[in-house]
Amino acid sequence: MPHRDVMHGSRAVAEAVRLCDVKVVAAYPITPQTHIVEDIAEMVANGELDAEYIMVESEHSAMSACIGASATGARSFTATASQGLALMHEVLWIASGLRLPIVMVNANRALSAPINIWNDQSDSIAERDSGWIQIYVETAQEALDSVIQAYRIAEDAEVLLPAMVCMDGFVLTHTVEPVEVPDREQVREYLPELRMPHTLDPENPITMGSLGDPNYYMECRKQQELAMERALEVARRADEEFRRVFGRGYGVVEEYNMEDAEVVLVTMGSVAGTIKDTIDMLGDESVGLLRLRLFRPFPKEAVRRALANAKVVNVIEKDVSIGMGEGALMTELKSVLYGSDIKVLGTVAGLGGRDITTGHIRQAVERAQRALRGERVDEVAWAGLKEEAV
Amino acid sequence: MRVAVDIPSYVRCRHVCGASLAASRCYKFGRLVKEVSDEELFAPGHRGCAGCGCTIAMRLALKVAGRNVIVTHATGCMEVISSPYPETAWRVPWIHVAFENSAAVASGVEAALKALGKRHVKVIAFGGDGGTVDIGFQALSGALERGHDFVYICYDNEAYMNTGIQRSGATPYGAATTTSPPGRESFGNRTFKKDMPRIVAAHGIPYVATASVAFPLDYMEKVRKALETEGPAYVHVHASCTPGWGIPSEKSIEVARLAVDSGMWILYELENGRGRVTYKPPEKRPVKEYLRMQKRFRHLTDEHIEVLQRYVDERWDEVFGEDEE
Repeated sequence: MPHRDVMHGSRAVAEAVRLCDVKVVAAYPITPQTHIVEDIAEMVANGELDAEYIMVESEHSAMSACIGASATGARSFTATASQGLALMHEVLWIASGLRLPIVMVNANRALSAPINIWNDQSDSIAERDSGWIQIYVETAQEALDSVIQAYRIAEDAEVLLPAMVCMDGFVLTHTVEPVEVPDREQVREYLPELRMPHTLDPENPITMGSLGDPNYYMECRKQQELAMERALEVARRADEEFRRVFGRGYGVVEEYNMEDAEVVLVTMGSVAGTIKDTIDMLGDESVGLLRLRLFRPFPKEAVRRALANAKVVNVIEKDVSIGMGEGALMTELKSVLYGSDIKVLGTVAGLGGRDITTGHIRQAVERAQRALRGERVDEVAWAGLKEEAV
Repeated sequence: MRVAVDIPSYVRCRHVCGASLAASRCYKFGRLVKEVSDEELFAPGHRGCAGCGCTIAMRLALKVAGRNVIVTHATGCMEVISSPYPETAWRVPWIHVAFENSAAVASGVEAALKALGKRHVKVIAFGGDGGTVDIGFQALSGALERGHDFVYICYDNEAYMNTGIQRSGATPYGAATTTSPPGRESFGNRTFKKDMPRIVAAHGIPYVATASVAFPLDYMEKVRKALETEGPAYVHVHASCTPGWGIPSEKSIEVARLAVDSGMWILYELENGRGRVTYKPPEKRPVKEYLRMQKRFRHLTDEHIEVLQRYVDERWDEVFGEDEE
């Protein structure tokens, strides 16, 4: 039976790993992810999860071990953050190139230097081109549910790509929320046993990780792109099916107060909660929120559809592409909206764990409203920046 | 399974009573070699150089392992020459991921086999000397320390040959490589070869061995023991590289053999920490003879050769001085 409990976001992820009958877990500690692998270790120690638990010596080896395990046909999991994800960079591309449906949770954390253990999303956004599906979640419940969905999407024969569930470090990992833990049998029904079309098996030997010379390399990349495009529809269906089985779903994008919205804030992750509250406080029909849950594949059509009546968009994001002067999501949104009359503004916020307050959200709304009235405004603003210290 | 008859004549162990591997018993080592398979699981037609010592190391290891094995491989010459898509020399399941993580990938494979109830499948991780003693050092150390049931085979040709002969931590003293060239201010590589087998042994794993492609029976016996070992096992096989060492193809085995006969490379094994030299050269040959056969040492002066000879003598005395066999 499903049961409701109060738990940390990291515990919710561990519960999902247990429910998914993960076979191999490669674990390496890094703040703010550590609680996830601690909780999984406890489950394995108590016999609640029958998995091989490898305490690797680095994140690079964590991903490498997951690649080996997944290639052998075992459902594999790891979790990381920030520097750990950056250390994995090389092998992330190989996991996707080898078409292995590994699922990883990234507890979003700022990158060094200066060293900083607090939340922003520059770590996973820097890996946007690595060929991984990326899901950004808003709550602990969504983290749990998204891990289950991620396996379903990644392991779909039409997809076979690794998936990263991105949850804001501390904000979600270390915050206690009421979470409904689904019934194990129901999860098994939703997520059948892993059946990969290609595995390392002495009965049927194959060569994986060949040298792909200029005659072959491009086609491999194109196949990945096509798989990623199919993943969009598979993700939509996986979420619908999830709703049918478990009674809740999220969509690939979430729209909030969007019906008559002319000003739309666009974001990913937990800050959507603060934005929703701010919108509620404003009580203004003309201000809405579009939360991207899926960042890769980018839900282009869903975004265009959701913004069909929007006039000004302000992208609030916890990353910045240094040298571009704006966040990556803003750049991508401009690309998706190219040719439309929608004005796109950006707000760089929350870097290195700087608080994002309802005041910052109000400022973002006001700037968009001024632009709507035809006033000149800054295209990009840094929320909560101490100008005097720059 | 029957006696191997198809090993080329240049792969001769002169201590098998002058016979080739077709002999059913190695009299020198006193072991039956009837378990050597004639099945080629590392297929011919790969792109290795004529006289490549490393391909012999892989081919013979697979003869011992048989079909029931999964192989992980570090980036390097052997990966490139054996797996150019859509061709493959591997008749066993094989995976290459990156340069530094063959051991980490192997630990994932091994864990998956356990989790899936396929404990009977063996796991071999291959890596060159660069992929083992340098960039793959950490991943290897971790996998050994964690006690995974797998065999790591380092084929050591003493430099980064795939990228065009650059110095590695396994490059011997004085050797010329493209990043340790001799010149007015240089006599070649300034450092001595990193003693990787000893470092591996310090992990306290159940089986560590050194081997040479010039001693195929000895090598295969060690691979067999390694595969039968429960837990991590490590075989470090010295393997000649014709372009990297500057030797003619047909001298590949002769040079590798001279490395052992001169004491530049010593064949031993450590079973649960207990050491045993598996081959004592009947006559110690001067290091100079070994060096003179290879272009990479051609520039060395007597003074530097003397340094190497002293280094070899010390190790020789340490090893063979205690061997009362």
